[in-house]
Amino acid sequence: MTEKISEDQVRHVAQLAKLKINDDQLPYFTTQLDQIIGLFETLSEVDTDGIKPTSSVTDQVNVMREDVADNWNQRDGLLASAPDTQDGYIRVPTIIDESGENE
Amino acid sequence: MNYFNQSLTSIHKQLSDKSVSAEDLTKQTLENIKNVDGDINAFLTLDEDGALKQAKEIDDKGIDSDNLLSGLPIAVKDNIVTKGLKTTAASKILENFTPIYDATVSEKIKKLGTITVGKTNMDEFAMGGSTENSAFKITHNPWDTTKVPGGSSGGSAAAVAAGEVLAALGSDTGGSIRQPASFTGVVGMKPTYGRVSRWGLIAFGSSLDQIGPITRNVADNATLLNAIAGHDDHDLTSSTKEVPDFTSSLNKGVKGLRIGIPSEFMAQGLDDDVKQTVLNTAETFKKLGATVDEVSLPHTKYGVAAYYIISSSEASSNLQRFDGIRYGRRAKDVKNLEDLYVKSRSEGFGDEVKRRIMLGTFSLSAGFYDAYFKKAAQVRTLMINDFNNVFKDFDLILAPTAPTPAYGIGEDVSDPMTMYMNDVLTLPVNLAGLPGMSVPAGFSKGLPVGVQLIGRPFDELTVYQAGNAFEQETDFGKQTPTMGGNN
Repeated sequence: MTEKISEDQVRHVAQLAKLKINDDQLPYFTTQLDQIIGLFETLSEVDTDGIKPTSSVTDQVNVMREDVADNWNQRDGLLASAPDTQDGYIRVPTIIDESGENE
Repeated sequence: MNYFNQSLTSIHKQLSDKSVSAEDLTKQTLENIKNVDGDINAFLTLDEDGALKQAKEIDDKGIDSDNLLSGLPIAVKDNIVTKGLKTTAASKILENFTPIYDATVSEKIKKLGTITVGKTNMDEFAMGGSTENSAFKITHNPWDTTKVPGGSSGGSAAAVAAGEVLAALGSDTGGSIRQPASFTGVVGMKPTYGRVSRWGLIAFGSSLDQIGPITRNVADNATLLNAIAGHDDHDLTSSTKEVPDFTSSLNKGVKGLRIGIPSEFMAQGLDDDVKQTVLNTAETFKKLGATVDEVSLPHTKYGVAAYYIISSSEASSNLQRFDGIRYGRRAKDVKNLEDLYVKSRSEGFGDEVKRRIMLGTFSLSAGFYDAYFKKAAQVRTLMINDFNNVFKDFDLILAPTAPTPAYGIGEDVSDPMTMYMNDVLTLPVNLAGLPGMSVPAGFSKGLPVGVQLIGRPFDELTVYQAGNAFEQETDFGKQTPTMGGNN
C-alpha cells in the first residue's frame, strides 16, 4: 500500500492545527490517519464533473438584522471564566519568547 | 422512583392532581439516580441544589395544567450550555467551564418548567459512537453493563433507558441521537437541519449538528420537540418555517403511506438480527396499511468518506476557539503565547479529537482541498439528490439505525476505522439535513434493536405519525432492562 500521509506531513498538519504530537506517538497517529485518508480517496471513484458542492443545507440566505448591541453587559461573568485576569483584562504570557531557549 | 412505566401524561397527571409535588418528584428522581447511576455512569454532573430550588419555585407558582413539561425533571447532554451549571463536552479542555448563558434550547425548556437535574456523559465534543471517548467516565448500557450505550449521546440515552429520567436532550451530527437510542431501546429524534436552534450547542460540524429529544415513547418525543423547535435570531441557520404541532399527526395511522427500504442499507455487514428486525417492521407497516418497496440510494457507500472529511473539516475550524486564553484549561509553564496555545490544546484534547482536527486540517490544506473537501461536498450533493429522487415516489424511508446491536466496551474504541464505518446508516441523514428517528423494533440476544424512520425535510410529522402507529402495534418500547444485565 502506498503511503497517503508521511510522519513529516502529520507533524506539519499538527503544527497548522496548533497541536503537538510527541515523537513516540507519531507512528500511531500516522498509521491511523493514513488508513482513514485511504478511505477518503475512494471518493475519487465518483464522477462529480459539473456537480455543485453543498456546504450547507439551510434554506436561510443572507439573514440581516439591525446592528444593535444585544446581551452585552456581562464583563464580570466573562472575566470570571478566564484562567488569568488582572484589572479587568485577560492576562496572557509574552508573545515573544524571552526565555532565551530557541525552539 | 424510576420512570420505567411512566410517560409525560402519567407524570403530568400526578403533578397536576398534586399526588406528588415537583419538589418531591425531583427529590425522588435524584435519589434514584444516586442509587442506579453507579452502574450506568450516565451523568457527569448532578445539579441537586439548582434542581430542587427550581422545583420549589414551580410548586409555588403552581403546575401549568396545559403544559405536559411543567415540573418535569430532565437531563441535558453536556455539550449544551446551561447557565451556571458546569458544561464540559466531556473534554479536559472544558473541565471547569461554567457557562454564563443558556443555550436557546436550555432557555426554552426552562421557561416551560422542566427541571434540569444534570448533564449527561458523551464522547468528547460528540466525536465517537460509544461514549468511551469521554475524558471523564465510560457509560454502560443499562441492558448489559458490559456493553456500550452507543454515542455520542450515550449518557442521555442510557439515563432514559435506565429509568433515571423520562426525557433527555441529545445532539446528532452523524447519528449521535439515533444510534444510542437504538442501542438502549429508546426513541431518539434528529430533527431536520434548521428545525432547532444550535445557539449554545458546543459546535462540532456546524452544517450537520442538530439537537433533539430522547424519550421512552414517540408521543413524548413529539411533545419535547414542540418545546425546542423554532426560529432563533441567535442562529441564522435556524429555519423561519412555521413549526407545526408535532403531536397532531400521531394518531393518523399509516394507511396508504408509501415506505421505501434502501437496498444499500440492507447490504453486507448488516447483523442478521438487525436485518430481520427491519423486515419484521416492514411487515408490521404493511399490516397497518402502508406499502413497502425497495428503493436505491446509490451513493451510500461513499457517505462515510464524505462525512468524515466534511465533519472533521468543520470541527477543525470550530475547535480553534479552544486556545486556553478566554476560558477553559490553560497549560502551565509556557514560554510564550504560541507555546500556550499548543500546550493547552495538546493537553486538553483527547486522541480522537486530535485525530479529527488533523484530518480536517489536512482536508482543507493547500494542495488537498480540491481532492478532499471540495470532492466530499460534491458527493454530498449527489447523496442529497439520491434522497430527493426517492422522496418523489415515497413518503418515508425505513432503514436499520445501526449495523449491529450494542457491542462490548473496549471492543472498537482502539480502531477508528471500525468506529467510523458503524455510522454508515445514520450519517447520510445529516449530510442531507433530513429528520430521522430511531424507534425500538426488536431484540437480539437480550439487547434492543432500533429502526430508523427518515422523512422529507421539515416533515417530522410523518416520521412521528409512522413511529407512533408502529409503537401502538408493538410492545418493544415498553420492555425495560433488568438493571445490570442478564436480559
